[in-house]
Amino acid sequence: MNVALLTLLAVVTVAVIRQRSLFGVAILAGAYSFLMASVLIVLDAVDVAMTEASVGAGISTVLLLATLHLTKTIEIRPTRPSLLSLALALVVGGLIVWGTLGLPPFGTADSPVHAHVAPRYLNQSLRETGVPNVVTAVLADYRGYDTLGEATVIFTAGIGVLLLLRGFRRRDERAEREK
Amino acid sequence: MSLDLVLRVVTKLILPFIQMFALYVQFHGDYGPGGGFQAGVITAGAVILLAITFGIRAAQQIAPKAIVERMVPLGVLIFAATGVVGLLLGRNFLDYSVLAHDPVHGHEWGIFLVEFGVLVTVSGTMIALFYAFVERGR
Repeated sequence: MNVALLTLLAVVTVAVIRQRSLFGVAILAGAYSFLMASVLIVLDAVDVAMTEASVGAGISTVLLLATLHLTKTIEIRPTRPSLLSLALALVVGGLIVWGTLGLPPFGTADSPVHAHVAPRYLNQSLRETGVPNVVTAVLADYRGYDTLGEATVIFTAGIGVLLLLRGFRRRDERAEREK
Repeated sequence: MSLDLVLRVVTKLILPFIQMFALYVQFHGDYGPGGGFQAGVITAGAVILLAITFGIRAAQQIAPKAIVERMVPLGVLIFAATGVVGLLLGRNFLDYSVLAHDPVHGHEWGIFLVEFGVLVTVSGTMIALFYAFVERGR
C-alpha cells in the first residue's frame, strides 16, 4: 500500500515537472494532494488528511485554475537549463534527507515528541475538556493561542490577496480615466 | 454553460449533501476527525461549485459578497472575543473554564465557539478570494 502510494506520488511529481501546460499542472497538483491525503490516512492522521484533501485538492486547484484564467496557460520554455538551480535543489534536498537521518524511527513511543506533553494530552484531555477527539482538544483548547494565530494568518493572507486583486483594478480604471 | 445538463443536475443533487457534510465535519469535530478549518473549506467548496456551474450571480444570491467579506474579520473576532471573556472574568486569555458553571462544560463551549470562529473566517476568506479572482477576470 505504502509503496504503491509513494510510487504514484513520485510519478505525479515527475509528470508535474515535465508538463508544460499549466492547466495540466494544476490538475496534477490536485491529484498529488489526493495521493498525499491517502498517505496521511495510512499514517492514521485523519484530520490532516481531511485538510489536505479539502485544501490541497479542492481550494488550491480552484485558485490555481482561477489564476490561470487571469494569465496564460502555457509555460514559456526556459532559454537555457540553469545548472545553478539544479545544484541548489540537489544540495537543499540532500541536506533535508541528511536531517531526517537523525530523527528517531517512525512511531517510536519514547521519541522526544511523545515524551513531553503528549502523554498528558492523551490521558487528561477527555477529563479536562470533555472532548473525545484529542486533536480537536489540543488544537482549540491547549494550543488555542496558536490556532488564534493561524486564524489571523488566514485573515491577513485573505485580506492581502483581496487588496492586491482589487488595488490593481482600481489603478487600471484610474489609468483609463486619465487617458 | 447552459448546455451542461448533466453537470447542472448533478450539482443540484450533491450540493445539499456537501453542505450537510460540512456541518457534520464542523459539529462532529469534537468526536471524529474534522473541525472548523475543514468545515470552512468544504462550505466554501459548495459555494464555489455553485458559482462554477450556475454562474457567479447564483452564488452571490446565496452568499452575498458584502457578507462574505465581513466574515473574514468576524471569525477572528469571535475567536479573540472568546479569549477575552476569560480575561474579563479574571482568568487567563483563552481560558475556557469560566464560560460555564462547570469547568469541563466551559471547555466544551470554548472549543465550540473557537471552532465556529475558524469556520467563519476560513469559509469567508475562501469564497471572497474566489469572487475576487472571478471579478478580476471579467
